Amino acid sequence: MAEESNNLPSVTYTLEREHLHQLFDVLTGKGYRLLGPAVRDGAIVYDELTAPSDLPVGWTDEQDGGRYRLKKRADDAVFGFVVGPHSWKKFLHPPALRLWQLRREGDGFTVIQEEAESPKYAFIGVRACELHAIAIQDKVFLESKYIDPMYKIRREGCFIVAVNCGQAGGTCFCVSMNTGPRATSGFDLALTEAMEGERHYFVVEVGSPAGADALSEISHRESQADEETTAERIVADTARQMGREMDATGIKELLYRNYEHPRWNDVASRCLTCANCTMVCPTCFCATVEDVTDLAGDTAERWRKWDSCFTLDFSYVHGGSVRATTKDRYRQWMTHKLATWFDQFGSSGCVGCGRCITWCPVAIDITEEVRAIRETESKKDSAGD
Amino acid sequence: MALSTDSAMTSPVANPMIPVPWRVQKARRETRDTFTLTLRPANGEPLPAFAPGQFNMLYLFGVGEVAISISGDPADQENLVHTIRAVGTVTRPMQRLKRGAVLGVRGPFGSPWPVEEAEGNDVVIVAGGLGLAPLRPALYRLLAHRQQYGRIVLLYGARTPRDLLYQRSLDQWQTRSGIEVAYTVDAAAEDWRGNVGVVTTLISKARFDPVHTTAMICGPEVMMRYVIMELEKLGVTDENIFISMERNMKCAIGFCGHCQFGPTFVCKDGPVFRYDRIEPFFKLRGV
Ligand SMILES: Cc1cc2nc3c(=O)[nH]c(=O)nc-3n(C[C@H](O)[C@H](O)[C@H](O)COP(=O)(O)OP(=O)(O)OC[C@H]3O[C@@H](n4cnc5c(N)ncnc54)[C@H](O)[C@@H]3O)c2cc1C
Ligand code: SF4
Ligand code: SF4
Ligand code: FES
Repeated sequence: MAEESNNLPSVTYTLEREHLHQLFDVLTGKGYRLLGPAVRDGAIVYDELTAPSDLPVGWTDEQDGGRYRLKKRADDAVFGFVVGPHSWKKFLHPPALRLWQLRREGDGFTVIQEEAESPKYAFIGVRACELHAIAIQDKVFLESKYIDPMYKIRREGCFIVAVNCGQAGGTCFCVSMNTGPRATSGFDLALTEAMEGERHYFVVEVGSPAGADALSEISHRESQADEETTAERIVADTARQMGREMDATGIKELLYRNYEHPRWNDVASRCLTCANCTMVCPTCFCATVEDVTDLAGDTAERWRKWDSCFTLDFSYVHGGSVRATTKDRYRQWMTHKLATWFDQFGSSGCVGCGRCITWCPVAIDITEEVRAIRETESKKDSAGD
Repeated sequence: MALSTDSAMTSPVANPMIPVPWRVQKARRETRDTFTLTLRPANGEPLPAFAPGQFNMLYLFGVGEVAISISGDPADQENLVHTIRAVGTVTRPMQRLKRGAVLGVRGPFGSPWPVEEAEGNDVVIVAGGLGLAPLRPALYRLLAHRQQYGRIVLLYGARTPRDLLYQRSLDQWQTRSGIEVAYTVDAAAEDWRGNVGVVTTLISKARFDPVHTTAMICGPEVMMRYVIMELEKLGVTDENIFISMERNMKCAIGFCGHCQFGPTFVCKDGPVFRYDRIEPFFKLRGV
């Protein structure tokens, strides 16, 4: 986006690579638990960090439909990769979470009160598409009819260090979804990593008072004009390298018109209903509950666990599942992401991160499915008109 | 970045996920697989106000939680009434509960029947099977304000005579309340003198003014489809038709995603929908 690359705030700061550790030290000193990208078992995942050396320094990832591979870079870039199989939802909306505990008392029960303290997460290296994904889950859990106290407590104390992408991945399409590659809001600090000859530094934008406060305790200075220009050029270059593209104009109406498009049968013949796409998607929020008791039956707990609309059980009501076929379920997923989400939460449910494409074992590609429907739709209408 | 903290977000919110203990005051067998529980707060808390059509999540300690419509009188300040069919993991053991037993309750949730908006109109209520349970609070409300409505018609279908719910009330309503009641069963023995056939066959015989009618329907989706077609044929408009939807529910508060039906969440946008608002999605299969 041309305008995206031209509206850097008037003041940016420069943080030398050799001082990056100060950011870690300052945040740790303020009581934050640092989380961010790290290499584990052949992938870049999100995990606990203690120092910049825990980051995937000198690594990059190659991604395509159904394919992910780590590779050594020729340089020592700290953030020279894109997004992996994890997303920040694993911290804010954990895969398995105890919602409550009850104790049997007489013939009734009472709630076992639990501490409700913020875990004070600091997320290091949040990409623009991921900031949008977090904002989307905020809508689901904090800005709807009810507030989820479990999400709220994790989300409220969060410190976010965003990173503007210095390169695009093979399955990225944030430009199409208007969510990147530049972080425009929702961060405390945003870094653009620059490497020029011997120089290695970050151009830093401040997004909040908490960000300004943290930066004030770190060696930094105002950026020079050429450093700002370099940062802008880096992000603009990334925007031109998108591995995928999706024409999102009128996407909601397109899908509402095409509930009965034959393409759903085609994709259903390939989809394994493995649910990978929903697990890796940073906005998918669906969950189930499990009720358990201890052996004596005196304490009962309810656990919330990630669930997926790709399972048959998901839509079960007495007598059978509402979405009985793979076609029903793939259509539900994609139509939710790109159509019904707008009506539910006022935005797309897809931020163009490309994870569902990379981690699909049979390389089903949401951009390709949209293209196929767009190019072959008969003007016969269906739902939503 | 930390959340913007407007007051709505920082004000203490009661945890909408935690069940509150209620005590079974009365457990009554309705049919071979259906029973009605009358509950009162175990901790002396006041009964939360509910509107006809809303539902609660009922929790059996350690076993699980199910969505059950409120089937009692909304004017009753003391009791919460639920009519439940024993079908599985949670509802079967619930059938064995006796007076004094404690259940967890969360709610009430969901959208109501348009009992106030229907004032001045004729009201046609069509129920299939257990669908009569969520409609009963609406009937109580209509009867309590009988003079506010034109004709009131209740059409009800069950599988067999033994599956008819609230038999005594049906007969009372029919004879004393100024409402037209007709019921039918899918199948019956020779000695059954009532109607046999699907509930839609009762519609054309009922007396109401289609142009000034509010229709409220609850039952299996196929049944609702046919009822809607029949009502439309007579001239009832889609804006005056209301249906109650059922979907798998794991939270009732919009977080679990299970109850999605097109762009709606049945738990918070429904279960009662004005038909014209969901019509394109209701006509599709597998949504
Ligand atoms: C808004 C609403 C109102 C309802 N009102 C009533 C009522 O008044 N009386 C009544 O008897 N039943 C009612 N139901 C259906 C009731 O929730 C199910 O019969 C119940 O969940 C079955 O649970 P189970 O564990 O006994 O059965 P199982 O078959 O063991 O349940 C397995 C799973 O499927 C789900 N499930 C099964 N059937 C249904 C269903 N019909 N609807 C939603 N989820 C289902 C259960 O939650 C569980 O996750 C209502 C459902 C909804 C959504
Ligand atoms: S649908 Fe796919 S591309 Fe879109 S946000 Fe989810 S994982 Fe990323
Ligand atoms: S689209 Fe791919 S990742 Fe998603 S359920 Fe189907 S096979 Fe699995
Ligand atoms: S029941 Fe969980 S979202 Fe509706």
